[in-house]
Amino acid sequence: MGLITSPHGQPIPPGADQDMILSAVGDEIQNRGFVIAQADKLFNWARSGSLWPMTFGLACCAVEMMHSASSRYDMDRFGMLFRPSPRQSDVMIVAATLTNKMAPALRKVYDQMAEPRWVLSMGSCANGGGYYHYSYAVVRGCDRIVPVDVYVPGCPPTAEALIYGLLQLQKKIRRTSTIAR
Amino acid sequence: MTDMTTSNVPQKKAEMTESLKLQLNTLLGAKVLAVDVFRGELNFTVNINDIPQILLMLRDENGGSFTQLSELTAVDYPSRDKRFDVIYQLLSVTLNQRIRLKAEIGDGEVAPSVSHIFTSAEWSEREVWDMFGIFFSGHNDLRRLLTDYGFEGHPLRKDFPLTGTVETRYDDQEKRVIYEPVTLTQEFRDFDYMSPWEGVQTAMRQDDPQPVQDDE
Repeated sequence: MGLITSPHGQPIPPGADQDMILSAVGDEIQNRGFVIAQADKLFNWARSGSLWPMTFGLACCAVEMMHSASSRYDMDRFGMLFRPSPRQSDVMIVAATLTNKMAPALRKVYDQMAEPRWVLSMGSCANGGGYYHYSYAVVRGCDRIVPVDVYVPGCPPTAEALIYGLLQLQKKIRRTSTIAR
Repeated sequence: MTDMTTSNVPQKKAEMTESLKLQLNTLLGAKVLAVDVFRGELNFTVNINDIPQILLMLRDENGGSFTQLSELTAVDYPSRDKRFDVIYQLLSVTLNQRIRLKAEIGDGEVAPSVSHIFTSAEWSEREVWDMFGIFFSGHNDLRRLLTDYGFEGHPLRKDFPLTGTVETRYDDQEKRVIYEPVTLTQEFRDFDYMSPWEGVQTAMRQDDPQPVQDDE
């Protein structure tokens, strides 16, 4: 990560251009006492680099979630460690069928997660009820209960698909510029 | 030599089942309404009110043979006068035998609980109560087992629409998960006749989509 970057993402070499930017920053500090820099980028880098998922396996998708965590795909590479507590986690992976009976518990766990928090909906059942869409006992999509950031399709999605979804979530986090929401 | 012994095994098993049948018939006596052997396993049809006594006898007498109640379930025959069968599957590890007890019970009738004889019946009876609405007297915690808290109806009676009557949603104003009447954007459609396992067996209606013909 270069500290000073041009719009094209390349570090600006020493010279007149760089001097101009540096003096502008200096002026701003002189005038206002603070400078708006890319601290949000730094935060987003830190956040997306240590996404700790809440373990919320509900059915068969949980098996694929375990695969993505274990040695072959190894989510640890991306700084993702499964946490058994919502208070320690940043992202909740809703893996598989969410029933009416489970819905209040899911919401309670989501509410216990500290901000900033994200939700990844994994599999057809969590996305929209899936196979159980017309069941009397199943929530037709977990987005009726919690706000969802990324949907991973599949029945169940492969471990690769889940990792892809998590990488998309990382991208999404890097794109957002809010520090608190 | 080995071939002969292996070929004798099913025959031996059948003999054992036959002798067990006689043995249990004398043990249970008039309590047995009917008995038959299906795939080498004994089925006894009995009266629902005799069930606790019969289970106690099967468990404790005869050297304490049937010590496991591996399953307790029910079957619904809606056209029948007494519409349910309660079914008890028993396993004897010492005899290497499984037997099955069936008892008819009508809608609204009360079955005696056997949870004090086999503790495994506690959850099974809760499940049967939940799914079929058969009440078990003497069970000390007969709550629903699987369906939602406050759920109305008994799913395996299949007397309410598949989609049920309520659905859940998080309400942002009330800050809790609420129940609402079901609203579906698309009605449930039944495509059973398109099943590749069953094939087209029923005459299709005019407005039904025609199955794709495979000319080649």
